[in-house]
Amino acid sequence: MKYDYILMRYGEIALKGRNRKKFIHRLHENVLGKLKEFPAIKIKSDRDRMYILLNGENPEPIITKCKNIFGIQSISLAIKVENDEIQIKQAALHALTEAIGAKTFKITAKRINKKFPIGSQEMNQILGGHLLSNTDGYTVDVHYPDVEINVETREDATYITSNKILGAGGLPVGTAGKTLLLLSGGIDSPVAGYMTMKRGVQLEIIHFHSPPFTNDRAKQKVFDLAEQLTSFGGKIKIHMVPFTNLQQRIYSEIPHGYSMTVMRRVMMKISEAVAKKEKILSLTTGESLGQVASQTMESMNAINDVTNYPILRPLIAMDKEEIITVSQKINTYDISIRPYEDCCTIFVPSSPKTKPRKEKVLQFESAMDFTEDLKNTINQIEVVEITKASKEDDEFSDLL
Amino acid sequence: MIYLDNSATTKPFPEVLDSFKQVTEKYYGNPSSIHRFGADAERLLSKARQQAAQLMQVHAEEIVFTSGGTEGNNVAIKGIALAHQNRGKHIITSQIEHPSVFEACRSLEELGFTVTYLPVNTDGVVAALDVKRAITKETILISIMHVNNELGSIQPIQQIGEIAKQYPKLFFHVDNVQGFGKIPQKLENSGIDLCTISGHKIHGLKGTGLLYVKKNTKIFPLFDGGGQEGNYRSGTENVAGAVSLVKAMRLILDKQSREVENLTERTALLIKKLEQINTVIINTPNQRAPHIVNISVPDYKPEVIIHALGEKEIYISTKAACSSKKPDESAVLSACGFNKNISESALRISLNYQTTEKEIELFCQSLTETIQQLSEVMG
Repeated sequence: MKYDYILMRYGEIALKGRNRKKFIHRLHENVLGKLKEFPAIKIKSDRDRMYILLNGENPEPIITKCKNIFGIQSISLAIKVENDEIQIKQAALHALTEAIGAKTFKITAKRINKKFPIGSQEMNQILGGHLLSNTDGYTVDVHYPDVEINVETREDATYITSNKILGAGGLPVGTAGKTLLLLSGGIDSPVAGYMTMKRGVQLEIIHFHSPPFTNDRAKQKVFDLAEQLTSFGGKIKIHMVPFTNLQQRIYSEIPHGYSMTVMRRVMMKISEAVAKKEKILSLTTGESLGQVASQTMESMNAINDVTNYPILRPLIAMDKEEIITVSQKINTYDISIRPYEDCCTIFVPSSPKTKPRKEKVLQFESAMDFTEDLKNTINQIEVVEITKASKEDDEFSDLL
Repeated sequence: MIYLDNSATTKPFPEVLDSFKQVTEKYYGNPSSIHRFGADAERLLSKARQQAAQLMQVHAEEIVFTSGGTEGNNVAIKGIALAHQNRGKHIITSQIEHPSVFEACRSLEELGFTVTYLPVNTDGVVAALDVKRAITKETILISIMHVNNELGSIQPIQQIGEIAKQYPKLFFHVDNVQGFGKIPQKLENSGIDLCTISGHKIHGLKGTGLLYVKKNTKIFPLFDGGGQEGNYRSGTENVAGAVSLVKAMRLILDKQSREVENLTERTALLIKKLEQINTVIINTPNQRAPHIVNISVPDYKPEVIIHALGEKEIYISTKAACSSKKPDESAVLSACGFNKNISESALRISLNYQTTEKEIELFCQSLTETIQQLSEVMG
């Protein structure tokens, strides 16, 4: 006997009403997409849980992948048996002996199929007795067991599972529309992307680069960050904005104290234009209140002024330490700290205004006509689609 | 030709050679160069590192590419000793380690370190309890091999790892050169801080290898320079070597998961056939790695048998190739308590996943004939 199923419990979807089906369908698609490389498995979605029939596949790599899929609350390995006492006993015994390092256990039986003759309490006792008399060295601990064995008798079958593995929580990516994430290459913006994805949002990314001041490795860094984010949802489109020209103009024509504010406003304008074109309804940034000059209340007010689009700022109230912790958890930290210049770190005035005044900004901007350059820049945006294994990786994977 | 000296080195897989050639031709840029061509090489190297990490179920930054087993063992042992000598100067190892561990420890003794060389039982196995007993306040490193290269005996790495976990101040290094691709060895949460792998023992190329260094483990680098390999090992990266190593790792692990039973059976068959030859004594213990058999033919000089078989294009070895240059007996066998007669006449036969039953039969037949002929000459 061995584990033949992976059982995944939905998170918040379970609370949904009439549109629950849509959420489950989306989650089903997301899981399918994620597990393409395991052709043998079968996936079945129920009202409140999803089952992956392993068909002989090794469960470990599958669980690792599923741990990153939003919309799943918890994951367990399961044995499916008929609604039959003897089979249930065998499976429970297997679940206990397979639990590495466990010395104490607890049985939690649940009878959903009331036609099954053995009640939950009675089943607890029967199985507890069976396990104790067929093993050595285990004891029952109903309060703090090393392993909890769940036995669920449903209409079609009984599922025996042991330890729960925590899932990623959240809502299935794709159920909450799309956002355009302004990704610089630093630590914060990928975390902001991750957090919006967690609420079911699909990402597109916009990145501003200024060759030759920024180099290929900086570009690669952005691709790598995007690729890392794809592990939480399907493919990600990146809009690469050639920013050199505009940035140089801003630097030379706007007083230095205000160049940063104006640059951010221009970025917002371009982002809004891209969002409009792609039918995306919001922008997302990694801003955290007071972290740098552009993230003060005054700066945000002056920068936000150029767009009516909602700007999502999931990190707004987080401390740097908290943000770093998340970035380490989602494996973007090591990519983010690669030391390449990005467009925000070149042409930086030595002391940007932390409290820019809007009238001044408008006054400086009015002296300078961006229209033509903006149009050109937007026309020159390069779009790259990132999936878990892009073309070049295929070439590399042949070598490896 | 029948090649049964796979513990000395192996024939590279054709796919491995292919990768090496392609990478050498196409991605010869220096990963540290800032131009695009260099960046391509850097990306390839980092993919290789990621895949190595995946195969070993560790983090990419814990992989240090090296030139092979000897370097890995030296970097691990001397690197830990030199970086942490202010905590203590005591090292624990065993009497049956590979010379690259043993001699590294000897060198450290000259620098004022104390080394405990733990004995082994007659099966060539260190007792985990002995390791525990040997630990003192001064101990900073335990270095024990996984599979012994001469006997094929398996050391209780998991238990020693559990012991090491209880002493957060000391490090545990495992020389897994002979074990990788033959016996699964989990690193995550195992108590192991460093683990050496060599490319050419797993059908990769000479001059390739890697050292696993657990996150946040400080080692004193033996090579200073450009800070490559996370500062553990400077020197322009051997991208083609690293890529070919990772390819060999992938192929050998695949074989391990599907063919290790076959290999174990063929080795068992070999032992069975050898037992039928009167003059042959099996030294390898019952609990053994799936690919190594050590035997003795007392009263016959092993070199003579090797050369006689060599004339028939059958290749086995005496003790480990690395120490074949030293005269006299096998240090490993004598540490196991074998008498001089046995340990002076030891022969090692080591198989690979491709070794066939037919080759085993031919070998046993030739060995029987050889012993027969020699006995007539000497008789």
